[in-house]
Amino acid sequence: MGLTSDSTPTGLRVALKQLEHLWFQVAGTRCNLSCHHCFISCHPANHSFGFLSRAQVQRQLKDSVAMGVKEYYFTGGEPFLNPEMVPILIETLEYGPATVLTNGTVLRDSWLQQLVDAELQSRYSLEFRVSIDGVSPEQNDPIRGEGTFDRAMEGVTRLARFGFLPIVTIARSWPLDKEDHIVEVFADRLRRAGCDRPRLKILPMLQLGAEVTRSGPYAEGDRITEEMLVEFDRSQLICDHSRIVSDRGIHVCPILIESPDSLLGENLAEADRSFSLEHGACWTCYQHGAICSNPSQGK
Amino acid sequence: MNVPCNRIALLGGIYSNYLALEVALRDINYRGVDAIYCLGDLGAFGPFPDRVFPLLDEQGVQCIQGNYDHSVGHALDDCQCGYTDPRDNYFAQKSYDYTLKNTSDTNRCYLQHLPKQRQLHFGRHRVLLCHGSPRRVNEFLWESTTTDHYLDVLLDDLEIDCLFATHTGIKWKRDLNAGRRFVNVGVLGRPENDGQTCVWYTLVGDHGSGPVDIEFVPVHYDHRRLAREMKGEGLPEAFQQTILTGWWTTCLESLPSKERKKGRF
Ligand code: SF4
Ligand code: SF4
Ligand SMILES: [Fe+2]
Repeated sequence: MGLTSDSTPTGLRVALKQLEHLWFQVAGTRCNLSCHHCFISCHPANHSFGFLSRAQVQRQLKDSVAMGVKEYYFTGGEPFLNPEMVPILIETLEYGPATVLTNGTVLRDSWLQQLVDAELQSRYSLEFRVSIDGVSPEQNDPIRGEGTFDRAMEGVTRLARFGFLPIVTIARSWPLDKEDHIVEVFADRLRRAGCDRPRLKILPMLQLGAEVTRSGPYAEGDRITEEMLVEFDRSQLICDHSRIVSDRGIHVCPILIESPDSLLGENLAEADRSFSLEHGACWTCYQHGAICSNPSQGK
Repeated sequence: MNVPCNRIALLGGIYSNYLALEVALRDINYRGVDAIYCLGDLGAFGPFPDRVFPLLDEQGVQCIQGNYDHSVGHALDDCQCGYTDPRDNYFAQKSYDYTLKNTSDTNRCYLQHLPKQRQLHFGRHRVLLCHGSPRRVNEFLWESTTTDHYLDVLLDDLEIDCLFATHTGIKWKRDLNAGRRFVNVGVLGRPENDGQTCVWYTLVGDHGSGPVDIEFVPVHYDHRRLAREMKGEGLPEAFQQTILTGWWTTCLESLPSKERKKGRF
């Protein structure tokens, strides 16, 4: 496919309509867990992407004002492995609403106390999204590691104890017709764990990174075609309104950071370019819509 | 369009709450305004959707199209409210099917042809009225998830001084750069999840200098009667509870954490 002008994206190219969501790969690819389905293969010794420093985040926050960013998201790896995570969030809440995607297993009371205070002082919401797989250790632990279900539930309870309303995200690992039942059982379990207003969000499984070995890579035919984009509401795609900051620069979306072509520039202005949806993961986005926004339970 | 005067009334979603609409319009007439606008979502939630139309017509209320009006107008399959929770969707679907079935063809045609936005000159102020946001009819602009700079850039791009929206169901306002304002005008359709049964509309005044003046006005109406009528029409019990208690029982999953924590459920 040839290059096209950014103002008139054609074919498979999607332009950044408006930078509404700014993401930070704040913990790089470092995680205390090494889940089988992790779409960027994070683990304790994966240094392929590094931590973002508070100064790096601050610079982007400043730049984001002129771009009119509406919400800020933090992911990794496990964001709370970054030693500057708490001050980073406190600073972000001066700019706008913040959402952290965490595995819930490393949270500490002293951090949560500081964050409660920061949210109270801010006019903006601080959201925690805790990822778990399945409604029991039997379902979760084979994927995420021994004991991780209980530890994540402990994290959810801890957040609830500090007055937060964590959103629990579950990567779907069951047939769709079982979904309502599974969601119900799980919400019940969360209530018993002290989370009296459970918020659940189901994510589609992405076949990238470690997940490739678990359920096989995308097939050749699993690609977006030009016809598929005709009349398609592109705002369903994260790349239509988001960018993500890593220690290498600004990438098109959180899903593709490992693809060299996802790196669009060093600053937000440079990253305001269109992108060609040629990746297998783009096909998943197309099928499932925005998988990463906050409202609980996306299908 | 030019509004020469100095006061207008803005109504948010009515959601078929014709009883609250009656009281609000009486109050507005008593106070005196130069024009009345409704920011869309005439039907939904409440009983007898056709009853709001003659009231709006009598008072010359100028409406724009909400997501619900677009759906009912075009007889689409759902309300496009943007909910993502299955329980929310279940109740939303029940009330949508009821509303669609009970809206006359004439009124559906009226909804179908409503403008999506309205630009006004109000005194010196350039004003835009929209439903969700100028970008998306069903975008939620909540107080705790909308940054100042998001609004500033929006107003810059549109070259306006004041932006008014509804859709979320909870009123709020923000002062921006250079005396500009954003206001979510709230809704007449249901109480706003604070344990009070009243609903709200918004008065906007212009004093010739300085920013526009915003007053949120509570509307106390016969909410017990509304709940009774909803019951009679077989509308969800959860919706009646909201009307009777002032707490939301559904659509909770679209609320950001700050707004959600203020409610009971
Ligand atoms: S899925 Fe999340 S918790 Fe699991 S290894 Fe990846 S980043 Fe860590
Ligand atoms: S993976 Fe999804 S968000 Fe990323 S570029 Fe492809 S379509 Fe866009
Ligand atoms: Fe609406």
